[in-house]
Amino acid sequence: TKGCSSLEPDGSDHTVTLIPGDGIGPEISTAVMKIFEAAKAPIRWEERNVTAIKGPGGRWMIPPDAKESMDRSKIGLKGPLKTPIAAGHPSMNLLLRKTFDLYANVRPCVSIEGYKTPYTDVNLVTIRENTEGEYSGIEHVIVDGVVQSIKLITENASRRIAEYAFEYARNNQRSSVTAVHKANIMRMSDGLFLRKCREVAENYKDVKFTEMYLDTVCLNMVQDPTQFDVLVMPNLYGDILSDLCAGLIGGLGVTPSGNIGANGVAIFESVHGTAPDIAGLDLANPTALLLSAVMMLRHMGLHDYGNKIQTACFDTIRDKKVLTKDLGGNSKCSEFTADICRRVQDLD
Amino acid sequence: MAAHSAVLSVSKIINPFWGGRLGNTVKVFGTTLTSHRNKTQRAPPPAKYGGRHTVTLIPGDGIGPELLNHVREVFRFSCVPVDFEVVHVNSALETEEDINNAITAIRRNGVALKGNIETKHTMPPSVKSRNNLLRTSLDLYANVMHCQSLPGVQTRHQNIDIMIIRENTEGEYSSLEHENVPGVVESLKIITRNNSLRIAEYAFRLAREKGRRRVTAVHKANIMKLGDGLFLQCCREVASGYPDITFDSMIVDNTTMQLVSKPQQFDVMVMPNLYGNVVSNVCAGLVGGPGLVPGANYGRDYAVFETATRNTGKSIADKNIANPTAMLLAGCMMLDHLKLHDHASSIRNAIFTTMNENRLHTADIGGQGTTSEVVQSVMRIIQSKGQLTAEF
Repeated sequence: TKGCSSLEPDGSDHTVTLIPGDGIGPEISTAVMKIFEAAKAPIRWEERNVTAIKGPGGRWMIPPDAKESMDRSKIGLKGPLKTPIAAGHPSMNLLLRKTFDLYANVRPCVSIEGYKTPYTDVNLVTIRENTEGEYSGIEHVIVDGVVQSIKLITENASRRIAEYAFEYARNNQRSSVTAVHKANIMRMSDGLFLRKCREVAENYKDVKFTEMYLDTVCLNMVQDPTQFDVLVMPNLYGDILSDLCAGLIGGLGVTPSGNIGANGVAIFESVHGTAPDIAGLDLANPTALLLSAVMMLRHMGLHDYGNKIQTACFDTIRDKKVLTKDLGGNSKCSEFTADICRRVQDLD
Repeated sequence: MAAHSAVLSVSKIINPFWGGRLGNTVKVFGTTLTSHRNKTQRAPPPAKYGGRHTVTLIPGDGIGPELLNHVREVFRFSCVPVDFEVVHVNSALETEEDINNAITAIRRNGVALKGNIETKHTMPPSVKSRNNLLRTSLDLYANVMHCQSLPGVQTRHQNIDIMIIRENTEGEYSSLEHENVPGVVESLKIITRNNSLRIAEYAFRLAREKGRRRVTAVHKANIMKLGDGLFLQCCREVASGYPDITFDSMIVDNTTMQLVSKPQQFDVMVMPNLYGNVVSNVCAGLVGGPGLVPGANYGRDYAVFETATRNTGKSIADKNIANPTAMLLAGCMMLDHLKLHDHASSIRNAIFTTMNENRLHTADIGGQGTTSEVVQSVMRIIQSKGQLTAEF
């Protein structure tokens, strides 16, 4: 199933699983909930905690009530999670990815008018394959001093991500999809990825398909990012390019992100850290989580609410009167949130 | 000390079974290694035949041939004592005869100047990238690129001065791929202790030579714990032998984000092959594009010079609009390597005067000049400085 998937037929509120996260997570989640309330968005939040627990058989898993809530609502909004060091279990993000088979990571990067960066008019989307590639985690020591890491590319995963990319382009009125690769060096693996993209492109003749080497994309991206539209690529290149594009518009504090899984599951998240040094001090910037929530509304087909909240947010930033510290001001998170709530109500 | 640990690891690999038997051989081998490591300047190949050097020239595809013709034109005009031995490599052929001839020529002459050879990926996977083959056969383990903001070129960021040292032979470019099950392809990324130590050593030595303060290692060791973890560990070991230089590390995705917002924070960067590809292209884009930055590939015995971003530029070939700066500056790097410093400086100054004072720019940096106009200007400036030149 593509597109939105949790429309309640009787018109009641849509349920969304909310994972506040750690550090500044709870306060920015509260900010987002307040803004949604001011916008009267038909969303019912179900808060859950995803700290890993050891399940039967000794395998780490997310708590069953969190999984049950996600399976039912199909849509999730997640704040930043603490990376465990020596906790004995893998990263929470990895666990979530495996549990819900989140195969596509989507990051729309749009220049925020009012938050000046050297790059203006950026309007592109990076779609990254999120399950295999260089991050399979398969490494061996062959002999002492020689290490081998395996990059895995499969036909199925490549086809799936290519199909998602073209569907996204079609559903969001984007005109072209560019596959990013290094098939001149990694002939078989990136060659397979490229072949699958080409095959899927045949079924989407209304969307223009181009291919470009990773190095050429990087070179052109920092000189003229306006030439790019939708980019689809394997895991590692996606990791690097999506962060590069986030840097173009102002960093992780203002970049939304969404993870699409099989069975219609979608989890939208802010990709910045937990910022433990400012946690609980009402100084955090909720923009990233808010824009991810807007992405979520659009995914669910609630474009009006999404546009309203996004306009209010951008107007507040453009006005420059109540900006948080990382955006260049010295207001509190609650003041920033209140301003957006006021604008949302005025827009009604 | 880094050299000692290198000797130890070599001995561990060479004599796992023979214990002390090969000890003497290893000691001799080890000292040769150490003495090579301590040499700051490689001796250039001797000038034969009346003080003239012979350099292999590989035209390549796309804009390569025309730009290298311009380099030859400028060299001939400035009476540079270099003769070029031209070796053509046909990228459309499946046999490796052409590239092997080129490699033999470089072994003979010791130095080469090349354009990029296209890799057609419609060919079967057994036909490997010719450029890669050249680099690995000659063991050109260090790719060095110096990105500097030029006053005459308008860019979004100013005051950039970054040296990028990229491991050039292994990592993701090992070309080891197989398809065990139909539809599932595995590609191997190899990181070895030897090569990581070698490149780290090169980076720190170069940093010290050029008086740079900080070396940053770029990696993804949080995900590739063994592979990039080994690379990072080797860098740390080498760093301990250079207490005057600060060493830090940064994850590659954060690095690209920092590069597009605050590139002035970086000094010298060292990294494995693929991240080097990404970072060097980002930096080249930041200072003005692929037409401006030269690159060098150094091995123990050979050196090959080319443009830093290795573009074929097929779409602008033979149109007289390509920017000759990168290739000309690569030629100057080559002259410095051959210890022909006066010629190198005079050509380099002429290029910078054309770019920064005369502001004669080609289309890629926002101007309307043609390639030949830029080259003529360079030659005119060299002549005006009063040096010996051939007829115009």
